[in-house]
Amino acid sequence: MTTRLDTRFAALAREGRAGFVTYVMAGDPDRETARAILKALPGAGADVIEFGMPFTDPMADGPSVQAAGLRSLHGGQTLKKTLEDIADFRTGDRDTPIVLMGYYNPIYIYGVEKFLADAKAAGIDGLIVVDLPPEEDAELCLPALKAGLNFIRLATPTTDEKRLPTVLGNTSGFVYYVSITGITGAATPDFGKTSEAVARIKKHTALPVAVGFGVKNADHARAVARGADAVVVGSALVDAVKGSLDGEGRATGRTVGAVTDLVASLAAGVRGARQAAE
Amino acid sequence: MNAPEKRNSFRSGPDENGKFGIYGGRFVAETLMPNILALERAYNEAKADPAYAAEMAGHLTHYVGRPSPLYFAERLTEHLGGAKIYLKREELNHTGSHKVNNVLGQILLARRMGKKRIIAETGAGQHGVATATLCARFGLECIVYMGAVDVARQAPNVFRMKMLGATVVPVQSGAKTLKDAMNEALRDWVTNVESTFYCIGTVAGPHPYPSMVRDFQSIIGDETREQMQAAEGRLPDSLLACVGGGSNAIGLFHPFLDDPSVEIYGVEAAGHGLDKLHAASISGGRPGVLHGNRTYLLMDEDGQIQEGHSISAGLDYPGIGPEHSWLNDVGRVKYLSATDDEALEAFQLLSKIEGIIPALESAHALAKVAELAPNKPKDHLMVVNLSGRGDKDVPQVAEMLGTSL
Ligand SMILES: Cc1ncc(COP(=O)(O)O)c(C=O)c1O
Repeated sequence: MTTRLDTRFAALAREGRAGFVTYVMAGDPDRETARAILKALPGAGADVIEFGMPFTDPMADGPSVQAAGLRSLHGGQTLKKTLEDIADFRTGDRDTPIVLMGYYNPIYIYGVEKFLADAKAAGIDGLIVVDLPPEEDAELCLPALKAGLNFIRLATPTTDEKRLPTVLGNTSGFVYYVSITGITGAATPDFGKTSEAVARIKKHTALPVAVGFGVKNADHARAVARGADAVVVGSALVDAVKGSLDGEGRATGRTVGAVTDLVASLAAGVRGARQAAE
Repeated sequence: MNAPEKRNSFRSGPDENGKFGIYGGRFVAETLMPNILALERAYNEAKADPAYAAEMAGHLTHYVGRPSPLYFAERLTEHLGGAKIYLKREELNHTGSHKVNNVLGQILLARRMGKKRIIAETGAGQHGVATATLCARFGLECIVYMGAVDVARQAPNVFRMKMLGATVVPVQSGAKTLKDAMNEALRDWVTNVESTFYCIGTVAGPHPYPSMVRDFQSIIGDETREQMQAAEGRLPDSLLACVGGGSNAIGLFHPFLDDPSVEIYGVEAAGHGLDKLHAASISGGRPGVLHGNRTYLLMDEDGQIQEGHSISAGLDYPGIGPEHSWLNDVGRVKYLSATDDEALEAFQLLSKIEGIIPALESAHALAKVAELAPNKPKDHLMVVNLSGRGDKDVPQVAEMLGTSL
């Protein structure tokens, strides 16, 4: 079965460039603005979109994503609304792959079977669920694969040679390499080591490898793109949302533009990487 | 645990995946998985090593002050006019609560694993104090995460931890209480995974913590069994303990789970009442996934976690250890709850009638003793776990009773 993610990564390979994966939080800073951001991302240069599902207790996220989740929840965002937001996006975009990213509890409470059916119907392509390692595959990963959704796993610097096959086993769509031991938005990684790690993972899988955590600007993006199939940026975009808000934390006329401007500049970094290297 | 499964035993869990029925498990980020597997291996090795047990026994005797007495509460028994009530005196341990039993086990394990940086989360500060104490004793770096709200509420314990050489980090994220302290400790662990040992304070977190912490606390029940045998020549008829995460409770209960004649009661914090703000995960929550395990949790209909409320900062965690969730579902343990007001009353009763000031946490269990004991015959042997002493709570209780210190 070929999914939207497979198609997109095959096209990127033909173009001979790395892809750009953008992470934004559903419902942040409010539902309408988040929908407008979502719609504007592909035009600004996003090849793949990760849409964050807010959770009260995001144990692998730094202050930026934590705060974005709370803004979203205070605005009344729910998992049902997040699924509707993507269905709305799909009415205007049939090609850009969308991956939902978050934590398991809201999905578990929604009901796994119902969630998978609704996610599929909404036009979602894959899932990244931070607190579901391979040891818990029976919970969601295996049912998701059966439902025709990709399940994207995180590999980290602590995932050694022996464990990699376990982590890659049921992974599909792409592999997300977390470039640091740490939380989102934290330290900037050593990009030399990142390329080595990607090469190490590629010995075990034919899947594309995307690299994220700690990529903050176009220079970082360019450096990562030289040694990876895709670059993921999240906290920097979430910070751009925050930086555009008014004194009461509400969206302003600049909010969507703040995100798309940064996406355009990062996308230029990603796209320029391979030429610059040659 | 790799113990061969005993048929019809309530003591054989968890299975090799860390599950008690559907509860427990390892719901953590990949960065932590290799470390959690290494911890499990190290713990299994330590358990099989007589030198580890001997080292622990020595410190329990000479540093912690074990065994703790099983004390016949004569005047409380007379006052309530029913069951014969015994107090398991965990409040007499060094640092003033049962928390030290677990911390000692984990710190000795951290030393075996060569980890020199210890992190912990704390609510009321009792686990933080116990961790800071043992880190001082063994010369280890100690960082304690504590919600900013709790830092303000529990100033004496914050100062104690600092005196003991620990760094106390006030957590500003989320609701700034215990669950956020645990989130922040997990974030630290994800970041410093190679150097750091995470010393969890209760029977929560990912496998192997719930069963490991239970094993360290089971000394409470093991001693109780022997002491009751010596005092009365038989098993107790009922056991009671308060339940936050559930470590003092499972420590008392576990050795008795396969004795069907023993009635077992866990007491959750009902706060202002189960229909209002409370922290009773089993009585007022439902199964979900948080902090590495599946268990009963307080949450809204979208699976967002809600804050627990209790007069007692040691009981306001919105979850409960996964083994308790299972023991509830299979019906072996009955979970009751006590309100803030009931606990406050029991706090005063024990102080006046036995000369023992209990921790507000333990006062929740005492509140249900006051309810159950009068309806039992005089030869009914009831044991309540006095998990901690109440010195830390005196300023708060004074304020609630309208006295300014
Ligand atoms: C004295 C005392 N009892 C009980 C508890 C609750 O923890 P647990 O349910 O793990 O025993 C605490 C926690 O701070 C405590 O300090």
